[in-house]
Amino acid sequence: MSRVRVACLLPLFALLGGCNFVVLQPAGDIAARQRDLVVISTALMLLIIVPVMLLVVIFAWRYRARNDKARYEPDWDHSTGLELVIWAAPLLIIICLGALTWMGTHLLDPYRRLDQIAKGRPVPEEVRPLEVEVVALDWKWLFIYPEQGIATVNEMAAPVDRPIHFRITASSVMNSFYIPALAGQIYAMPAMQTRLHGVINRPGSYVGFSANYSGAGFSGMRFSFLGQSEEEFDAWIAKAKAESGRLDRAAYLALERPSENVPVSRYGTVEAKLFDLIRNMCVEPGKMCQSEMMAIDAQGGLGLAGIATTLPLAHDKYARRGGGLGPQASYIASICTVEEAEAMLTWQRPEEPARRATAIRGSGLSLPDILSRRAQSVMLPFVPARPSKS
Amino acid sequence: MSDTSSLQTMIFGKLSLEAFPLHEPIVVATFAVVALGGIALVGALTWFRLWGYLWREWFTSVDHKKIGIMYMVLGLVMLLRGFADAIMMRLQQAMAFGGSEGYLNAHHYDQIFTAHGVIMIFFVAMPMVTGLMNYVVPLQIGARDVSFPFLNNFSFWMTTAGAVLVMFSLFVGEFAQTGWLAYPPLSGISYSPGVGVDYYIWALQIAGVGTTLSGINLICTIVKLRAPGMTMMKMPVFTWTSLCTNVLIVATFPVLTAVLALLTLDRYVGTNFFTNDFGGNPMMYVNLIWIWGHPEVYILILPAFGIFSEVASTFSGKRLFGYTSMVYATVVITILSYLVWLHHFFTMGSGASVNSFFGITTMIISIPTGAKIFNWLFTMYRGRIRFEAPMMWTIAFMLTFVIGGMTGVLLAVPPADFVLHNSLFLVAHFHNVIIGGVLYGLFAGMVYWWPKAFGFRLHPLLGKFSFWFWVIGFWLAFMPLYVLGLMGVTRRMRVFDDPSLQIWFWIAGFGAFLILLGIIAFLLQIAYSIWKRDELRDLTGDPWNGRTLEWATSSPPPAYNFAFTPVVHDNDAWTDMKRRGYQRPLGGFKPIHMPSNTGTGVVIAGLSIMLGFALIWHIWWLAAAGFAAIIAVTIAHTFNYHRDFHIPEEEVRRTEDERTRVLAGTGA
Repeated sequence: MSRVRVACLLPLFALLGGCNFVVLQPAGDIAARQRDLVVISTALMLLIIVPVMLLVVIFAWRYRARNDKARYEPDWDHSTGLELVIWAAPLLIIICLGALTWMGTHLLDPYRRLDQIAKGRPVPEEVRPLEVEVVALDWKWLFIYPEQGIATVNEMAAPVDRPIHFRITASSVMNSFYIPALAGQIYAMPAMQTRLHGVINRPGSYVGFSANYSGAGFSGMRFSFLGQSEEEFDAWIAKAKAESGRLDRAAYLALERPSENVPVSRYGTVEAKLFDLIRNMCVEPGKMCQSEMMAIDAQGGLGLAGIATTLPLAHDKYARRGGGLGPQASYIASICTVEEAEAMLTWQRPEEPARRATAIRGSGLSLPDILSRRAQSVMLPFVPARPSKS
Repeated sequence: MSDTSSLQTMIFGKLSLEAFPLHEPIVVATFAVVALGGIALVGALTWFRLWGYLWREWFTSVDHKKIGIMYMVLGLVMLLRGFADAIMMRLQQAMAFGGSEGYLNAHHYDQIFTAHGVIMIFFVAMPMVTGLMNYVVPLQIGARDVSFPFLNNFSFWMTTAGAVLVMFSLFVGEFAQTGWLAYPPLSGISYSPGVGVDYYIWALQIAGVGTTLSGINLICTIVKLRAPGMTMMKMPVFTWTSLCTNVLIVATFPVLTAVLALLTLDRYVGTNFFTNDFGGNPMMYVNLIWIWGHPEVYILILPAFGIFSEVASTFSGKRLFGYTSMVYATVVITILSYLVWLHHFFTMGSGASVNSFFGITTMIISIPTGAKIFNWLFTMYRGRIRFEAPMMWTIAFMLTFVIGGMTGVLLAVPPADFVLHNSLFLVAHFHNVIIGGVLYGLFAGMVYWWPKAFGFRLHPLLGKFSFWFWVIGFWLAFMPLYVLGLMGVTRRMRVFDDPSLQIWFWIAGFGAFLILLGIIAFLLQIAYSIWKRDELRDLTGDPWNGRTLEWATSSPPPAYNFAFTPVVHDNDAWTDMKRRGYQRPLGGFKPIHMPSNTGTGVVIAGLSIMLGFALIWHIWWLAAAGFAAIIAVTIAHTFNYHRDFHIPEEEVRRTEDERTRVLAGTGA
């Protein structure tokens, strides 16, 4: 009987064997360490889950009504010792898991610079991460390589064993940038920037996609991630450079319009600071950048005068559509000089330095900044000395 | 030309012939079936002259028992709609491989998964949980009704009004294509210019009025109307979990109302709370909606925990193990459920310390939950377990829920969440706890309290069929999704590239089919049991050898529940009364003060549907008229002085004598 049962289960295992469990067998160090946490946590919890499931079955069977031999104590409803075990056992597991979580979350923080390429292989001093700027569009992915000066749609590449630093934003709605083989996901959100650090350890072509529903073309929002040798990567860059297309503001505004299942395309040159313009929602010439708006507001805003710069919005990427009541759609015109706007546009909060792995003991972790101090440091470059009240 | 179109806009708003999805054969066929069914139902009601009966005895009733039953009917009807959505999704995902687009276009498919989530949470789980609380809580605490009987009727009809609006969206216009929480900017006017999100907003706002008021009502009932002797620590566990759930409702639903109101302002009057531009911040919406959304899942699961406690104790023939720790566990869960909301968006770029904090608070919730599981386990220990249907659901729950709990804690580890967030693993997890927890609990509760509500049991064999179809169907439908999640498959996908995934969707589809059989078996069980009700009759009022006060009265209970308010000495009050040889009082009855029925609830809810519809379609004159009418009816109701009446002593005596005669016949 039991052999027959096992034989029946075999096809199921065959089924499992034929699958690509990319989350459990990733090709990048970060994803692999995240996988390790998945496995360790599951094992820790099974320590208590399995006995509980067994006890449910055993008790249900042993104390069935027809079994007269089992003891029956209708008024037994308390045991201090048992209660202690009941609360302590899950508590112990959660203490272990909590410690693991605290460490793992800090070590695998997507904003944290990598300190190792793989287990036992620290990042060499001289290696700088590959910078990639990612924009989630409706419904495709734009990758800008600022150092190489090229851009691609729905395909990206990176050399094996070189850390990658992604800066991620979106043009219209929320998406989530996810390459399961490389590293965990992070949201791509309009007018905001997220970061991700990762490294690919094995060459190959991997799947990347949006992991957050973003509208009608969401299912087709997939791209290839190529892990390549240095030579292959240089060739890949050269291939893109050979393309005549230039991704400037106008080309971006055309690309930004909704389209589905978009094939791979490349741009040989890219307008400087395009990513910052996208992030600050001011690719349209003449529109005020978010950075500019924030800098003005940080100084107290313009008051009623601010209304004067509001202009009617005739058209956006969907063609303008509005609600029933309320004012006409509008946008705010830029009022800064070119130089001022530039300075604000490209300002970035300095990246936090790589921390040593002594974080495991907690000693490598700095205390969180006090919020207000952080907010001040963000705006610092723009805030002039307060005008004296005279 | 422009004159006629502006006139048309003034009269009909955005509504035009194009709003009717005549080009969608699936919707047209559904409409035909619904219309035929509706006509048949209306025809039958008219033929058998049941309208007057329904209106007098049910629709206008302020009796908590009848309202409870109406909530259950609403939940079951909406379950059919929500499940139809589920099986359509399963079919689409099983088909759409190898270049096939499946049979649903994006516009239709995206509405289906949104509607499935919204309906299952707001219009299936919520009404059924509220229905059981409504029916059982006053009986368990020995009360005659809830604190505010009219408010109870009104709450029910507002919930129904929300459900009606969602059903409208199927045939008039469209539903939201945003996912069940409608994250902006996608749900903002720029990216969802249609009426779908407006249907979503107004259906939830109207139903939310009902939910919040019913929460207030039940809190008052539990706090103020307990029988003498029933101190807080002698309340049945189901009443305790109901109290905690309603505290959660009252504390969190206003957040939902507020966040939807802000989204409404963004969509209707051009404010910028959650837009990308002009200083709006969509993440504020995400925070607020989850500050409601996470307690919401505890709102659903806590009453289920209560049901399992009652069932485990009754069918093990034993006192509940660790009553005190059970109560404290419930309260701890209630409080902690406010402190975990950020775990729904670890992946939105919060710092590591913030993520760890919310991850660890989430894990801490599993400690009291684990303690509860152990308490049920040791309630079975040294018991005499009768494997009736409610107990089978309870054991299936214990075996299923621990898996869902484990994957839940796993998802609370932020680095693990980074690779599993929004994947089918997550989908499998929350179905694992909502079906394996809430739904199993609701089924256990329905089968358990059915004889109380109707005076006859449900047919056991069909119940077993339903049980096994549901349980096996659930495992087959959702275990493949765990596997797919580990293969990196994300949720809400309409088409797939990788052909190796397809087999798993077939298995999941087959599981959904088994669940369909489970639902059919359950409906057949109800129909067959009604047909054979005389054979299944329970005359004692206590068919399961129950332990709490609801089993002390007749089945179904008289309108006044208890002729004399019982006095409680122990937390298993009825077991205690039976043991001490309790004798029903046979004389000395007094007239009983009762609330009168009123149609105001139905009328205001009907006007609310009108108001909602008008706001959705921008028919401003109708909206103004609807709003004015609601105010007018409300004011008029304050002049209704026929609020209460007395059941004469004569009638009470007749009812109680009848019960004495019946009980004598059973030899009890």
